[in-house]
Amino acid sequence: MLKVIQHLGHRALHFFLTIGRATLILLSSIIGRPRLKLGFKLLVEQLYAVGVLSLPIIICSGVFVGMVLGLQGYTTLVRFGAEQAIGQLIALSLVRELGPVIGALLFAGRAGSALTAEIGLMKATEQLDGLQLMGIDPLRRIIAPRFWAGFYSLPLLSLIFSAVAVYGGYMVAVEWLNVDDGAFWSNMQSSVDFHEDILNGVIKSIVFGFLVTWIAVYQGYASVPTSEGIGYATTRTVVYSSLVILGADFVLTAVMFGGLG
Amino acid sequence: MNARQLIEIAVGFFVLAGIASLVMLAFKVSGLRDVYNSEQGYQVYALFDNIGNLKARSRVTIAGVNVGRVKSIELDETNYRARVDLFIKNSVQIPTDSGASILTAGLIGDNYIALEPGAEEKMLKEGDVIQETHSALILERLIGQFLFNEKK
Repeated sequence: MLKVIQHLGHRALHFFLTIGRATLILLSSIIGRPRLKLGFKLLVEQLYAVGVLSLPIIICSGVFVGMVLGLQGYTTLVRFGAEQAIGQLIALSLVRELGPVIGALLFAGRAGSALTAEIGLMKATEQLDGLQLMGIDPLRRIIAPRFWAGFYSLPLLSLIFSAVAVYGGYMVAVEWLNVDDGAFWSNMQSSVDFHEDILNGVIKSIVFGFLVTWIAVYQGYASVPTSEGIGYATTRTVVYSSLVILGADFVLTAVMFGGLG
Repeated sequence: MNARQLIEIAVGFFVLAGIASLVMLAFKVSGLRDVYNSEQGYQVYALFDNIGNLKARSRVTIAGVNVGRVKSIELDETNYRARVDLFIKNSVQIPTDSGASILTAGLIGDNYIALEPGAEEKMLKEGDVIQETHSALILERLIGQFLFNEKK
């Protein structure tokens, strides 16, 4: 009995220790005197690795998600003779939920895991220690640009995802299933509100971007510097990120659309 | 052109694509044009006994044509009626003896306000009140009346 409680206490302490360490790493990497010229150069490099290279998967998934939404929505709505409402169904579910959430999940799988593996390998090959020996703070030089790049990229990727998916849905609903073109857009425009729906979706993806990159860089930085440890850390990044995204999404949705706010 | 410039160009395109998506979502999906045009207008108000399902941002129409939006809805605490502020485009002038009624678009559609222009020469100005109002049709009340009449 006592052992169970001790185990629980150990896990709890470990949990808070992890959060504390992660916060410290985050704070010490993003606070401090920014070196504008070098910082910008590093940020652009990371934006390329994290953002631009994630574009293909985001665009492909966006088109398919939009097409499936169009198809599924149509088959259900047509029973009630309400297939004209397909535009608003596609747009609302995309900008409120699917854009930020699927975007973030794909981002965690594509970019988050890569960040963790990269930083973990740097640690395993003692590159981080090497930097420290040269008097360069690895947190500022390695972690900070990667964190900011993820933080900036995800909202942009989510927006691109939603926009592409709306056209995917348009393709299926209007071009293929012959829903009226005008009704598609006008129903969409009368039901989607810029502040309520689109900006709240953007806020969601900003929060997700923060959480996913934070988890990714921390897992990389705190990984056990062996090939096995890096493997575990990468898996943990994807698992934790996905859980945190879905959990945070529920909380944010409850606050934004659930009438609690 | 070296690799470094190529990377910068790719990032530039990425950021542009993100911004373009936001603009597309704003104007094409959410129809932000109303706000963008931000047409000049004036505000009048009307008191209703019951507004039914009317919400802020509902349409205001004359002869079925959009001429404005419901700006806000409050309870007038002195006489317990609903005070509805209407925003109407400057290009549309309404006689002072016009009426306002709350109608429903289709069977289960949204409520909107329909204005019926009067014959007066004078036009409504900023802050004026529309005197003649007809409340929303409440289905339950209608059924109640119908049953009551049947009994008699």
